[in-house]
Amino acid sequence: MNHRALSRRAVLAGLGFGSLGAAAPAWAAGSVKLPLPGGPDARDLTTAFPGKGSMILQRTRPPLLETPFEVFDQGVFTPNDRFYVRWHWASIPTEVDAPSFRLKIHGHVEKELSLSLDDIVRLPQFEIAAVNQCSGNSRGLFEPRVSGAQWANGAMGNALWTGVRLKDVLDRAGVKAGAVQVRFNGLDEPVVADAPDFKKSLDLDHARDGEVMIAYAMNGEQLPLLNGFPLRLVVPGWYSTYWVKMLSDIEVLDHADEQFWTKTAYRIPATPGANVRPGETGYATVPINRMVPRSLLTNVMADASVRTGAPLNLRGIAFGGDCGVRTVEVSPDGGQSWLAAALGKDEGTYSFRRFEASLPALVAGRHELKVRCTNTKGVAQPLEPTWNPNGFMRSVAETTPVVAS
Amino acid sequence: MPTMILPRLALAALFAVPLAGGAALASEAMRFKSVSVELPQSDRTFPGGHEAEAINNNCLACHSAGMVLTQPKRSRTEWSATVNKMIHIYKAPIDDTDVPAIVDYLASMRPQP
Ligand code: HEC
Repeated sequence: MNHRALSRRAVLAGLGFGSLGAAAPAWAAGSVKLPLPGGPDARDLTTAFPGKGSMILQRTRPPLLETPFEVFDQGVFTPNDRFYVRWHWASIPTEVDAPSFRLKIHGHVEKELSLSLDDIVRLPQFEIAAVNQCSGNSRGLFEPRVSGAQWANGAMGNALWTGVRLKDVLDRAGVKAGAVQVRFNGLDEPVVADAPDFKKSLDLDHARDGEVMIAYAMNGEQLPLLNGFPLRLVVPGWYSTYWVKMLSDIEVLDHADEQFWTKTAYRIPATPGANVRPGETGYATVPINRMVPRSLLTNVMADASVRTGAPLNLRGIAFGGDCGVRTVEVSPDGGQSWLAAALGKDEGTYSFRRFEASLPALVAGRHELKVRCTNTKGVAQPLEPTWNPNGFMRSVAETTPVVAS
Repeated sequence: MPTMILPRLALAALFAVPLAGGAALASEAMRFKSVSVELPQSDRTFPGGHEAEAINNNCLACHSAGMVLTQPKRSRTEWSATVNKMIHIYKAPIDDTDVPAIVDYLASMRPQP
């Protein structure tokens, strides 16, 4: 199996749903229906973006491209050309010259640095497998629905990231006493002059924890431009909003970052699972931070027909969020009984992990399959959906209705 | 180990070209290739002729129409809040006099299931 064959199959599968007609741009390569309650649920598939195979088009400019779900059934590492894409502002450089690119480290440091890519490659190499998941992954499944990119489950991916520890870079600049946070900026810019540039900050201790890294390779290749060539911040276990793309500027701050994207945007209710009631007000909020566990079936889709009289083989992917996967369980009866799934190879704490289970034969009729991950900190996916007005951190144990006959 | 769980080698085969490079990474220094690409543009406008004039004039500068046309059904109040956010936070240069027509358009959008 090579990925040329895979993307052709995905395109053919997409064509089966028919074309979107007048709304479809000339370069559309089929379409898909996403499970978004109340719609609109039709999306074009596109192969028109550089470095990308067949992707679900959520927005052309700036690009929001979702990974077609079948990709997650093909392995725990998401191929670069199927890895989802998400930008906030449309001024994205379309040319990056590798020899003249510089990463600047400045602010509350002993010595400002301006590092070329070759300088960075000469630092000690660090490698980690980690899931990159949009804060709003699965937002389109929220009920009641909320505004924002209407993703199904494909605003996530897992890659082997190669690069250098952020700590090593900060140590070379020499962080001065009194430093509080570290702010990251990329080459992308707002389209209007006084609008807030996309920057994110981490607390100094987190930035220096030895896991936060600057990646120059993803699955062994330089990053696709749309995933942040040439450098991307990798924050294992944390939502992707912190994984600044086309990273060009690191500023050590002697105060907490007050700018919009760190302080005001991307906040969640300070409640367990970021859960509040629709319409609820008056709760405290905090910046979004660590991921929570999730698990998804990848070989049986909603409303699939399955056979009675034979065991039902299930498989999928799970991740622990900010730690590893302890267990994955599957339920044939909407969560009344649970069966342990077998876990696949451990590629690292923050990686996707395969699971597989065989359910005893189902009797004829409709059944609700569920899958639930418990992470190594003992946090289990909730059985009821959580909700918040920004559609962040979906974590419910997902339900897959099937019909046995 | 169940057969569906692929060992690293089989996974590498899945990526064909990419991971072949990956294997070499640890031993050889990474070499970067400069990148120059073209990003597809969208010429999609909001349908609806005259009714859509205000939204077409004001809402296509920063993001393509898909940002709006993929949204679920929302109330007038919710759409007003979104338009205000565009103006006050993202600095959308929108004339106050255009706002009612934009909100009318948004509140009457029918998401196609
Ligand atoms: C000055 C630039 C700009 C203009 C003009 C603009 N927007 Fe936005 N809009 C943004 C940015 C930035 C975002 C956030 C994008 C992201 O998260 O990818 C956004 C996001 C949105 C969203 C997603 C929901 C949300 O709250 O993030 C909607 C819906 C939206 N805009 C509608 C509109 C409408 C309607 C108009 C015209 C009144 C408009 N926009 C004009 C910059 C703009």
